[in-house]
Amino acid sequence: MEAGRSPNIKIITNAEIKEVSGIAGNFFVKILCYPRYVDATKCTGCGVCAQYCPVTIPDPYNQNLSLKKAIDIQYTQAVPSSYSVNPDYCLFLNRKECKQCTRACQTGAINFDQKAEVSEYHVGSIIMATGFKECDAGSIESYGYKDSQNIVTGLEFERISSASGPYMGKILRPSDLKKPEKIAFIQCAGSRTQISGKSYCSSVCCKYAVKDAIVALEHEPDLDITIFFMDMRLYGKGFETFYERARKSGVTFVRSRVSEIKHDRDTEDLAIEYIKEDGTLHHDTFNLIVLPMGLEPHKENYFLAKAAGIKLNTHGFFQTGLFNPLNTIREGIYVAGGCKGPMPLPDSVMQASGAAVCASELLQKSRGALISEKVFAEEISIDQEDLRIGVFVCNCGKNISGVVDVAGVKKYAETLPNVVVSTDNVYSCSEDTQVLIKETVINEKLNRVVVAACTPRTHEPLFQTTIREAGLNKCLFEMVNIRDQCSWVHAYEKEEATQKAKDLIRMAVAKAGLIQPLAEPVIDIIPKALVIGGGLAGMTAALSLAEQGFECYLIEKTSVLGGNLRNIHYTLEGEDPKLYLNELIDKVSSHNLVNVITESEVESVNGFVGNFHTVITTGANHGTDREELKHGVIILANGAAVYEPDEYLYGKSENVLLQHVLEERIASGKFIPAEEDSVVMIQCVGSRDDNHPYCSSICCSMAIKNALKIKEINPATNVYILYRDMRPYGFHEDFYKDARDSGVVFIRYDVNHKPEVTEIDGVVCVTVNDPIINKDVVIDAKILALSTAIIPRKDEKLGKALSVTKSADGFLLESHVQLKPVDSYVDGIYICGMSQFPKPIDESIFQAKAAASQASILLARGYVKTEPIVSSCDTDKCIGCGICEYFCPYNAIKMTRINKKRKAEIVVAACKGCGVCSSYCPARAINMGRFTDEQILAQIKAFGDRI
Amino acid sequence: MKNNNRDNKLIGAVMVVGGGITGIQAAMDLSEAGYYVYLIERSSAIGGIMAGLDKTFPTNDCAI
Repeated sequence: MEAGRSPNIKIITNAEIKEVSGIAGNFFVKILCYPRYVDATKCTGCGVCAQYCPVTIPDPYNQNLSLKKAIDIQYTQAVPSSYSVNPDYCLFLNRKECKQCTRACQTGAINFDQKAEVSEYHVGSIIMATGFKECDAGSIESYGYKDSQNIVTGLEFERISSASGPYMGKILRPSDLKKPEKIAFIQCAGSRTQISGKSYCSSVCCKYAVKDAIVALEHEPDLDITIFFMDMRLYGKGFETFYERARKSGVTFVRSRVSEIKHDRDTEDLAIEYIKEDGTLHHDTFNLIVLPMGLEPHKENYFLAKAAGIKLNTHGFFQTGLFNPLNTIREGIYVAGGCKGPMPLPDSVMQASGAAVCASELLQKSRGALISEKVFAEEISIDQEDLRIGVFVCNCGKNISGVVDVAGVKKYAETLPNVVVSTDNVYSCSEDTQVLIKETVINEKLNRVVVAACTPRTHEPLFQTTIREAGLNKCLFEMVNIRDQCSWVHAYEKEEATQKAKDLIRMAVAKAGLIQPLAEPVIDIIPKALVIGGGLAGMTAALSLAEQGFECYLIEKTSVLGGNLRNIHYTLEGEDPKLYLNELIDKVSSHNLVNVITESEVESVNGFVGNFHTVITTGANHGTDREELKHGVIILANGAAVYEPDEYLYGKSENVLLQHVLEERIASGKFIPAEEDSVVMIQCVGSRDDNHPYCSSICCSMAIKNALKIKEINPATNVYILYRDMRPYGFHEDFYKDARDSGVVFIRYDVNHKPEVTEIDGVVCVTVNDPIINKDVVIDAKILALSTAIIPRKDEKLGKALSVTKSADGFLLESHVQLKPVDSYVDGIYICGMSQFPKPIDESIFQAKAAASQASILLARGYVKTEPIVSSCDTDKCIGCGICEYFCPYNAIKMTRINKKRKAEIVVAACKGCGVCSSYCPARAINMGRFTDEQILAQIKAFGDRI
Repeated sequence: MKNNNRDNKLIGAVMVVGGGITGIQAAMDLSEAGYYVYLIERSSAIGGIMAGLDKTFPTNDCAI
C-alpha cells in the first residue's frame, strides 16, 4: 500500500493514545507503544520463524476459521510487512522456554528484550478513525450461534467465500466441509432491536448480504439462497439495481422476523421458525445460516474519548453534529468513518478526506513545514552508449525459488544478448538489495535494468526509484512477473515454470534493448478553483478551499445562494437549518478569497487539469455579459431536482402536495394540524420504478420528520405513512421508533398494488391494501403528501460545456465507487452533493469537504506530473480521421490543424496511458510511451526464438 | 520538529488514529497536501476490516 512508502507518513503499530494535551494547532499526544518482539527494520517477512513456531492459535484474519502461529503476520500483503509475536500465546514470553523463532531467523530480527514504551508527539491536529466492530453474534440467545458451527457471521462468510480464505474460495460449511445446498441470511442480527443488540440500523448489512449472496451464486450457481428481512434497505447509488440483480439471479427474499434457530445434532442442519408479515408462523431447514451482523462501536472508544477530551453519543460512537459531521467538541480533533456511526465504505473514504481537509483548514499556514521530498541526482545521459543490461532475479524467500530454479534462470539470463550482469537475490524488494542494485548499476555502468520478481503493480515504483537514485531514467526499466505467472500458477510443474521464467526474461531483455529514457512533463497549475453550484455542497467546498488559502469562483444559476437547503425548515436532529444556512451564506459572501457570482451559467469549458478556461454568462437574463475565468480545478455541485409526478391527483387536487411543500406549510403555520385531520404520506413516488430505478435515500427520513412534527404540534392528528420498505438508516431508526410510539401508522403497500387516490367533494380519499390484515383500508385525508424521487438536474448547457460522465441513473459518475468517490473521470474535476446522488445534509457536507480535499491537494502541489506512459502522435503518419478522439475515455485527444491538415494532438496532462487510441489508429501514428509497437514486436519475436 | 514561525504556533503535522481504510485515506490526503502524518494503529499492521473483505460492491472488485 502506498501509505507504507510515503516519506511523510510514519506508521506506528501496536500503539494506543494515552493522553492529549495542548490546544488546536498545537497538541502534545502521549502514545503507548507495545513491543512486537521483532525488529521491523531487519525482518524480511520470509516466514521461517512461523514455520518453526510450535504454538498454533486461531487466525482472527480468517475470522478464526483457520489456524496461525504465535509469531505471524496479519495477512500476506500486510504493511508493515514484518512479523510480530503474539504475547498472549508465545511460549517464551509466558514460560521462558522455546525461542525457536530466534534460532530460525536468519537476519536476527527477533528481539525479546523489547519493552512497552511511552513516547510523545507534537501535532497540530488529531483525526480519530478507529472504526467499528461486528456485533457479538453469541449475544442473540435464540439463534444459538455458539452451539452450531454452521451459523456464521457475515464477516466469517466473507472469509469463507474468499479465494485467500480458509477454504480457498469454495463455499463449504464449517461442520463437515460439505457444500451447503440451502443457505439462509437472517437480516437485522444485532440491529434494530431493543432486546439483543442495538436500536439503530447498521446501514450496511442489507447491502453486504445481497453482495455475499451474489458472490456465493457466482461460486456455486445451484445454491438455494433465502434472505429473511424486515425492510431491505438498499438505499444509495446503484444498490437498488444490485437488489434487482440478486432477485433475478434466484435469491429468495422473505419479509419476516426469525424467532428461533434449532440445531439438529445428527445432520448439523438448522431449522428456523419465522413469522411472516401477516402473522403466520412458518418453518424451514437450512444447511448453513449467515448472520450479517450489525456494527457496534469499540469499547475502547470510551477510554479514547476520555484521553482526547471528546464526547461519545448515546450509542457509544464519537459524537458529531448534523452541520459539523466531522467535528468533535474539542477544536482541532476530528472524526471520520465507522467510529462515528455505521456507514458504507465510500462514506468512510469521503469522511477521511473531509477530516483531512478540516485539519488542513486549521493548519494551512504551516503547510509544507515538516515534510520532505526526495531530491534526485541529475540523470545520466545514455545517448551514445552501447547496451549494458543488468538482470536481477528474485527468490522471494521460497515463494519463487520453491518452484522456479532461480539459480538456473540467473545463469540463463547471463547468456542473453547485451546482458552484462545477472544476480539472484533472496528478496529483491529488501533494503539491502536496493543498495546492491544501485551499486551494480554504477559499478557495471548499466544502462537498462530488468528485475524478474513479483508484480509491477506493487513493486515497479520501488525499483524505478532505486535506479533513479543510481542516475538512470526511471523508464530504462523492465519488470518480469515470475511469481504470479510462474511459481504461483505452475506450482506443480517446476520445470515448465522455470522454462517460462526464462522465456519471459528473454522477452523482457529483447524489449529492454529498445527502451528509451522518457521525460515526465511537468505542468503548472493555476492556483484557483471554480465551484459550480451555490447550494450547501458548493458553498461548503468553496469555503473550505478559501479557508485553506485558495482563491475560488463560486457560480450560481439563480439570484440567491442556498439551493435545496432553502426548502428545509427543521431537522430530525433538532438543529436549525435556517440559522446554519444564513451563517454559511454570510461566511461565503464575506470571505475575501471567494468570488460569488450569482445569476451566472457556464457557457464553455476549455483546457485540462491545472489550466481550465471557462466562459460564463452573467446578468439577470442569462447571457448579456460574458466573462472568462482561468482556474486549475473544477468542483461540480449543481445539485438535484424534485420529481413532479402525474399520479395520485398531483396537480389536480390542491390537497395533494409534495413532501417539502407540506414542510413549508407546517413551518410557516399555513397548515395547523387539527384533531379531526388525517394526513397521508405516500413513499417512493417516482422512486424505485422503471423511470427512476433507484431509491432516493432521503424521503423516508423526511416523511418521518414531518410526521413527528405534526404529532408534536397536535398528537391527536392522524398520520399515515404508506411505504414499500422503510429505510431510515443509521441512527434515524431511533426516530422511526419514536414515530411509531407517537402513533404514526405505517402501512406497507406492494408496488403492484399502489394506493388508489380519488377526490370526492374536496376530500382526498386514499385506499390501500394493508398486508397485515389483508384488507383494504380507506382513509379520508385532509392532506396527501407525496415523497417523490430526487432526480438529476437537466442542464443541457452545462452538460455540453463539460463532458463529465454520468451513471445510468443520470447522476454524475465517480471514477471509483468505493475508493475515489469524489473524482470524476476527468482529471481536475471533482463532484459532490446531490449532483452525485440524493443524500442528506451531513453527507453532502462531508462529500463537499472531500471534494475540496482532493482539489486542494492539486492546488497545494502547484503542478501536475504526467506519467511517461502517455501516448504520442506522429503527425507525419496521422491521417486526421479522429477515431482516437472519439474513443479516448479521458478527453485527452483534440483534433487540431497543422498546415491546414487535421491532426490529432494529445493533451498530455489528461492522458492516462490506457492505449485505446493506439490500438484503434489505422495509420499506426500513435505510440504509447514504454509500449511502442517496435518494443512489443521485439518481445513477440524473442518469444519465438526458443522454438 | 518545532515550527520556527514565532507568530504562529501551528504545527504542520497531524496524528491519525486508526489504520483502517479511513485512517489510511486521511493519512494519504494529508501527506499529499503537505502535512507530516503519524498513523497510529492498535494492531500489528494497517489495513483494518477492509483487508478481510473478499469482494466489494458493485464491481465485486478484490478489496485489497
